[in-house]
Amino acid sequence: MSKTQQLEDLTTQVRRDILRMVHKVNSGHPGGSLGCAEFFVALYQDIMDRKDDFNMDGIGEDLFFLSNGHISPVYYSVLARSGYFPVEELNTFRLINSRLQGHPTTHEGLPGIRIASGSLGQGMSVALGAAQAKKLNGDKHLVYSLHGDGELQEGQNWEAMMYAAGNNVDNIIATIDLNGQQIDGSTDTVLPMGSIKGKFEAFGWTVVEIEEGNNIDAILKGMADAKSKTGQGKPVCVLLKTVMGNGVDFMMHTHAWHGKAPNNEQLAIGLEQNPETLGDY
Amino acid sequence: MKTYTNTGNKDTRSGFGAGLTELGKTNENVVALCADLIGSLKMDDFKKNHPERFFQVGIAEANMIGLAAGLTIGGKIPFTGTFANFSTGRVYDQIRQSVAYSDKNVKICASHAGLTLGEDGATHQILEDIGLMKMLPGMTVINPCDYNQTKAATIAIAEHEGPVYLRFGRPSVANFTPEDQKFEIGKALHLVDGTDVTIVATGHLVWEALEAAKTLNEKGISAEVINIHTIKPLDDAAILKSVAKTGCIVTAEEHNYLGGLGESVSRVLAKNHPTPQEFVATNDTFGESGTPAQLMDKYGLNAEAIIKAVETVIKRK
Repeated sequence: MSKTQQLEDLTTQVRRDILRMVHKVNSGHPGGSLGCAEFFVALYQDIMDRKDDFNMDGIGEDLFFLSNGHISPVYYSVLARSGYFPVEELNTFRLINSRLQGHPTTHEGLPGIRIASGSLGQGMSVALGAAQAKKLNGDKHLVYSLHGDGELQEGQNWEAMMYAAGNNVDNIIATIDLNGQQIDGSTDTVLPMGSIKGKFEAFGWTVVEIEEGNNIDAILKGMADAKSKTGQGKPVCVLLKTVMGNGVDFMMHTHAWHGKAPNNEQLAIGLEQNPETLGDY
Repeated sequence: MKTYTNTGNKDTRSGFGAGLTELGKTNENVVALCADLIGSLKMDDFKKNHPERFFQVGIAEANMIGLAAGLTIGGKIPFTGTFANFSTGRVYDQIRQSVAYSDKNVKICASHAGLTLGEDGATHQILEDIGLMKMLPGMTVINPCDYNQTKAATIAIAEHEGPVYLRFGRPSVANFTPEDQKFEIGKALHLVDGTDVTIVATGHLVWEALEAAKTLNEKGISAEVINIHTIKPLDDAAILKSVAKTGCIVTAEEHNYLGGLGESVSRVLAKNHPTPQEFVATNDTFGESGTPAQLMDKYGLNAEAIIKAVETVIKRK
């Protein structure tokens, strides 16, 4: 089986996990999670150089920080299926006494998570700090981060972007999930942000665009391109154009499923569109 | 009664700077970040000696807190430096999520706390920071009283695993604690023995409490003075042991009575040993421009105010 097929099969399984997790507790954020499923699978299964055992300091391996913490379902599914904790634990998502909180946290000791996120706009600063620590430690590995496009409306991002370029933090690849949607509607109707590419470039970042952000091969190619641009004195940004709700037809191209769980019938349709590949948890 | 000698006025922020300089030499994991206030925070030496471990972040405090949280991932011990107002209220959610809830080993070092910032006025004189920080689960809150103690506290917090809020100030004040006194987080210092009243003070008010105790002694009132440099975790045992003897207490701090040391002490007393208490603190108000001495007088935060509070609380016994 080709690598692409393997990653696509895993992505299909991850979509099933996402739908089943949010359906079970009738809460959570399926739309953004589905839109980033291919990215998370490619990142954890191919792009990042990771160690098997989780260590908070992450010395000698690539690190990932999720800034838009509400897409925790895709994060948890991919972490579990990458071996950080048992996939059965996905059953506890958002339940009392679970390590799988509504938004990711280090507080319950879930392996794979290095920072709490949920209150938006904080992840880029944290990722940059971790990147600076890598430089101090002489660690050549990279720091990856993911941010929502709507999240860029938070001002702290722009402090962080200015800092990164001004201090030549060139061991970071910050990816923006460009799905054009946020809770109250499209990003263009809620608060038009103009050219995000132009803004990152004006702030001194190298920008790589991935037009097909739900295509595994396009992601692998684009991220390899981004990686080749690290270590050149400038921080690197990837603009990943995704479709919110990707893989479940009635959830696609709308903000309606940002934070809403499917009912029984909708779950059945979603699962039918994504047949089991690696086995449900 | 036991008396203390002022070895010469010094600012507590310089104690922080000296402690940081020391840490630069002894602990290679210590890194420092500053939001465009290197001179005010006395971080110049650390920056000069360890440029690779010093991060100038510009006027961007939210980013500074996030960077500090990230730097802990990889084993660094970040010390952030800016004014108390910009160290707390301005970045509360960043501290809450990226530092406290994330269990990060960040040391938030805050200068120019309280009214004694002086002429800059209320925008810069935070009187709510102890409350903001002590409410965060897992946060240690420390407010040392003089140069020597601030230096010792700065060195001590590097050895403590977990987030810490270290609060100090701008004015030159009496320096009277021993230079070699080891700083123990959460351990109150018993300064003067007394039998009629307990005075529990923190920060700049500790020296004022000692001055008050001298005057009270001349009036025939025996005051016990305790230096509570750590507001959280509070040394409950030291407070309870003292009030068991004296039967009344005055708390003194350069902070709003809402959310400050006094309220923490009240909780301990209410739960274990209900005791008459008077508060020397600001009364739910903002500050204003003026010299530090004028402000401390106007807002009732000096030896004279402590004496009045003692006289009031003794009558309530």
